[in-house]
Amino acid sequence: MLTEAAPSPAKAATIAPMLKVRGLEAWYGESHVLHGIDFDVAPGEVVTLLGRNGAGKTTTLKSIMGVIGKRKGSVVLEGAETINLPSRAIARLGIGYVPEERGIYASLSVEENLMLPPRVRPGGLSLEQIFTLFPNIKERLKSQGTKLSGGEQQMLAIGRILRTGAHFLLLDEPTEGLAPVIIDQIGATIRRLKQDGYTIILVEQNFRFAATVADRHYVVEQGRVIDMIENDQLDANIGKLHGYLGV
Amino acid sequence: MADIATIDTPAAALIPAETDQGTQRLHRAIMIGIAVVLVIAPFVAYPVFVMKVLCFALFALAFNLLLGYGGLLSFGHAAYFGMASYVCAYTAKNWGLTPELAILLGTAVSGMLGLVFGALAIRRQGIYFAMITLALAQMVFFFSLQTPRFTGGEDGIQAVPRGRLFGLIDLSDDRTLYWLVAAIFMAGVLAIYRIIHSPFGQVCKAIRDNEPRAISLGYRANQYKLAVFVLSAMLAGLAGSTKAIVFQLASLTDVYWTMSGEVVLMTLVGGLGTVFGPIVGAAVIVSMQNYLASLGSWVLVVQGVIFVICVMTFREGIVGVIAKWIKKPL
Repeated sequence: MLTEAAPSPAKAATIAPMLKVRGLEAWYGESHVLHGIDFDVAPGEVVTLLGRNGAGKTTTLKSIMGVIGKRKGSVVLEGAETINLPSRAIARLGIGYVPEERGIYASLSVEENLMLPPRVRPGGLSLEQIFTLFPNIKERLKSQGTKLSGGEQQMLAIGRILRTGAHFLLLDEPTEGLAPVIIDQIGATIRRLKQDGYTIILVEQNFRFAATVADRHYVVEQGRVIDMIENDQLDANIGKLHGYLGV
Repeated sequence: MADIATIDTPAAALIPAETDQGTQRLHRAIMIGIAVVLVIAPFVAYPVFVMKVLCFALFALAFNLLLGYGGLLSFGHAAYFGMASYVCAYTAKNWGLTPELAILLGTAVSGMLGLVFGALAIRRQGIYFAMITLALAQMVFFFSLQTPRFTGGEDGIQAVPRGRLFGLIDLSDDRTLYWLVAAIFMAGVLAIYRIIHSPFGQVCKAIRDNEPRAISLGYRANQYKLAVFVLSAMLAGLAGSTKAIVFQLASLTDVYWTMSGEVVLMTLVGGLGTVFGPIVGAAVIVSMQNYLASLGSWVLVVQGVIFVICVMTFREGIVGVIAKWIKKPL
């Protein structure tokens, strides 16, 4: 496990961003979905993308990861422009993507799913460290990937990314459809990862959960970032946020 | 979020993953069973018939490696089977190569052909991939038709000498040749089993199940697809070369599109994406062709009916259905 302490939000704001997204546009076929997304993420920060359904949150993650048909703009990771890189090359830069549907391979066992991703950087978690984070996975190693519960699948999806050495995680709605006790476990894991220096972008609709783990929240609407709220300012802006999210 | 039940699950994945010890023991027992059957077979059946089954079973296993584990439907596998058959027959007859060298050369040439054709075909997916492989295979057919000095044209290459294995063991006796063919078949089965269960095989299955996800994990999917394509072409070539030695013949039938169709049929009847299904499928189809030979062209009609029944009633194939019953991957 990494031991480097995460910077405080105030400190993070002064550090050069780990990820700088500028004017990011994306299309699904003819449909123009992102219209110029701009945001920064500092090293060791957890930021969330909040917004209504269809706002463009998941598409933003996919665009950063390069798994979308057409995109343009600028996505700079640790000083390297990635907008023209293929998805596999972006993954090799140390970005781990956990998609909304978790992407567990049906024909592979839990162990095979866990061991599948290539190591992209040194410093990935060992299996024992992953089992410490997610004890359930250890008990289900020989089970088929899709025989797991939704929560266990989510743990497996996160666990296998942590093994690769990726230090920048894109988590797409990791709590959706999960029981409260599992959501608490996922939340504790994210806080632990943040403590260990991981940088995380979290797409969430549940801002109450997001508030427990994030440093900052970007609000996405109609393919643009329309606001940024510091987590410690969340209570003061709750009415505005309700308006954005239509709660 | 996709619910567990709604995740798009391929047929082969409806049974447990293949890593538990019970499954491994079962597979080991089946391997031993196959070896025992191979030992007994020439004493209870006509050895040439058994050798034909083994050659086509190896061909079907090679095809299944590509389709069942790589997710790539090739309609042109006759190209590798047939070209290897020609190369093996030609070099054994005209260059006087010993059978093992002729077989190895045929296998190597089919592998190179697979590398070229695969590099062209894997740039497309689905039906386009299938059509490109078919078109390339038809080019091989017309090449074979138009180069009688190499292929013998419509006569094929006949009276191919079986020769002496390593220059020592005379293979003219059917039963002696049988042991070579059985050894090649068993080596092919074990190689495919190893490939499927290697980390390379796991990545191939991952690419088959969800290619964009595998790419986003950092894999070069096209390189894996090309590698499995070449391996499949080589194993198909091994089958074709061996067949040329067994029947002492290489002909246009080996490179014709119906051969590509037959291997699809064998794989589907036996069980697509199962380890042992293609062996059963090949045994069923070759036996049918053999024992219904008196029906002439009607065999094709019977084959067609079997194909329709298979698709309509048990899409998992014979071994696939058994695997579902016993809840173990086979």
